[in-house]
Amino acid sequence: MKRNRQWVTLSVLLIVLGGLIFMYKVSRLGYPPMPDMETAAWSIQARLQLEPETGAVRASLKLPARPSGFTVAQENFVSRGFGLTLEEETLSRQADWAIRRLRDTKTIYYRALIIPDTRRRTFASRPPYPDIPQLEEPYATALKDIVAEVRSVSADTETFTAATLARLTGAEPDENVDLFLAEVGSSAERVRLAQTLLAGARIPTLSLHGIRLGDDTQRASFETLLAVFNGDDWLVFDPSNGQEGLPDDYFIWWTGDSEPVTVSGARLADLQITTRQHIKSTLELAQQRAELQNNRISLISVLQLPVQTQAVYEVLLLIPFGILVIVLMRNFVGFSSFGTFAPVLIALAFRETELVKGIVLFVIIVSLGLFFRFYLERLRLLLVPRLGAVVTIVVLLMTAISIISDQLGMETGLSVSLFPMVIISMVIERMSVVWEERGAFTAIKEGTGSLMMAALAFVCMSNDLLAYWVTVYPEINLVLLGVIIAIGRYTGFRLTELRRFKQLAADPPQAAS
Amino acid sequence: MLSRIRKLKAAGLLGLNQRNGDFILQYNHRRFYPLVDDKLLCKERMLRENLPVPALVGVIELMHQTSHINDVLGDVQEFVIKPARGSGGDGIMVISGRQGGYFIDSDGKMIEQDTLEHHLTNVIGGLYSLGGHSDSAMIESLVHFDPSFSKLTYHGVPDIRVIVYKGYPVMAMSRLPTRMSHGKANLHQGAIGVGIDLASGITTGGVSGNAAVSTHPDTGAPIEGFIVPGWEKILLMSAQCYEAVELGYLGVDIVLDRDLGPLILELNARPGLNIQLANRRGLRHRLEAVDQMGDTLEEPQVRSTWSSATFGEVYEPRPAQSL
Repeated sequence: MKRNRQWVTLSVLLIVLGGLIFMYKVSRLGYPPMPDMETAAWSIQARLQLEPETGAVRASLKLPARPSGFTVAQENFVSRGFGLTLEEETLSRQADWAIRRLRDTKTIYYRALIIPDTRRRTFASRPPYPDIPQLEEPYATALKDIVAEVRSVSADTETFTAATLARLTGAEPDENVDLFLAEVGSSAERVRLAQTLLAGARIPTLSLHGIRLGDDTQRASFETLLAVFNGDDWLVFDPSNGQEGLPDDYFIWWTGDSEPVTVSGARLADLQITTRQHIKSTLELAQQRAELQNNRISLISVLQLPVQTQAVYEVLLLIPFGILVIVLMRNFVGFSSFGTFAPVLIALAFRETELVKGIVLFVIIVSLGLFFRFYLERLRLLLVPRLGAVVTIVVLLMTAISIISDQLGMETGLSVSLFPMVIISMVIERMSVVWEERGAFTAIKEGTGSLMMAALAFVCMSNDLLAYWVTVYPEINLVLLGVIIAIGRYTGFRLTELRRFKQLAADPPQAAS
Repeated sequence: MLSRIRKLKAAGLLGLNQRNGDFILQYNHRRFYPLVDDKLLCKERMLRENLPVPALVGVIELMHQTSHINDVLGDVQEFVIKPARGSGGDGIMVISGRQGGYFIDSDGKMIEQDTLEHHLTNVIGGLYSLGGHSDSAMIESLVHFDPSFSKLTYHGVPDIRVIVYKGYPVMAMSRLPTRMSHGKANLHQGAIGVGIDLASGITTGGVSGNAAVSTHPDTGAPIEGFIVPGWEKILLMSAQCYEAVELGYLGVDIVLDRDLGPLILELNARPGLNIQLANRRGLRHRLEAVDQMGDTLEEPQVRSTWSSATFGEVYEPRPAQSL
């Protein structure tokens, strides 16, 4: 037998492609795999209060540029009367306000929405190696001693930094360090000291300034971390305890030695940073983020479509799942139904009526339809007009059911109008033929089989999780296509065949052929 | 369940999926389908290959012709109406006589001409055709089945189904009409399937539905050990069908006519799998044995001899029933 193996490649390719897009969306774009997932986002606000001094006023505020682990969305500035210019570079951003005259105290606001991001990004470019700082005695000797000593107990940049910080935090007191520490107060100063010491070993450093994002804070304070370049990457250390690594909740606001705000011509009376936490739908955030990143993969989703169209596509994208049920039932189990995919269409109708009511309605309409069909048989009508008559009767039956159930105060009757009447008419027609040719038992058995398959397809297609998945991840249907293609080459037994041919299993032939 | 799957595999059972995927889709080319799906075309082909078929009485293709049925029939008393593109034996009407304005069907029921005409319009309208396309009704002379079969059938005409793979007959069975099947030799409709030994043409066990039977339910006659007359000719005819329609996996339906001998009734591009039950044998081993034969096409005679020698089993007819 010649065999064509292309289907394996195609099927695997489709499954892998669909899976990869799905994985990419979940892991890189942060799309939630489950519906109703929520993520914290923060709105931050910097409030600058300026008191007039003399002359023209210029104020500048460092803005978050490339915070690792976060994305800045929806920035806005409230600064009436001021001219605003933004200085934007990839790694640093700054807002400059200017006003010719400041009459009285004025407040400027910068607001932004911060959403978590899965990506870790570098916050600074590759730095040059610093020169050894030229210090006065006794500092110069002390520095030399410290560097020599630390170098002896470390292996690389990372351990060197850790050892230096250990001396600074007092974990390992050292005379030489104490000499420097005598002049250190704030955490920023401690970082600067660490930078000086590391520069003694020609290690490039950078100070990071940022805030911790957590619960709401009225007055968040900037925290300074130390970044050290080891030749390939930036390593982040917390100078207060020597711990390595960028904390997850640490939001880098700006880098370098500059102050967050510089003001000329006025006095900065107050700089207040507030953070407020919002719980937002993860999906919404992921979309927002993907939009900011201009990501093409995020376009593979029906969420961009108008809401009404979305609803239509949700149903359409679910159909392959119903189809899969039918394929499985027919090729694995071995059930048969009236019309190959008629059960899927009936299942779609069940979406409008709910399962039990849908089944009841289906049975009522089909039985009544069959009754009329048998009567029509006696009139000796030609085939197409007779089919037409059956469709018309089905429509009339539906209308009657709607009217009656409405009178009785039931609501389902109204949605019955969406029942696929042509499909039902065909089912009636096929069923009546089978009824005559093979008997009532077979007809009812096959009818029940169709209904069961429809119910199964409905259960599958009405799954909320599935509905969510196909709208957010339509690529799932690629996986499904791959699976269906693979089933198309399944040549094993069907479940019903195990029963049908059980005699062959009972007495194996004595060496046939 | 797994052990049953293993056992069925060992028995060489051919499942529907495998029949479709590995045989029908591989060896039955779409373009040859009309030759078997359209019984009229099929009959034409058979005649071209000099294969014996039941005589064609007439064809009704248009609605208005249905009312002129009597002109078409002439003085033919017994006939069969078949949808030319029907499937599974649906829509076949057997008329075994006429009385006054009435027709008598195989159950002995009187049928009005009106009913007959309505049946014809249904056939032409495509009620029984594959895919519901409009069709034509073929009227064929009724086969007078060989009396040797009379104990084994209830009305209707028993037939013989031979599965022919790449031109080699691989398995055969006889289908015996019952009261349940209304004289039709169709297993779906209640006919009994009886396995036939390829070498000797002797019937083995029978199957009704999926259950084994050893006697005919309506006549009570044992169905085992019966010798099908003219077996060699039947095998040869089946093998020849491959040249006629070029379908690699083919079901050949043959009837035994009292006067004309074996006639090819119709061909089937998707023959059913119950033949395996009737024979208590799986088809797969036999199909694989044919695959071993390579691609050179032997003469039909060589093929049928090979099949009979390879697939025949030493079968001792119990109390051998004579003809």
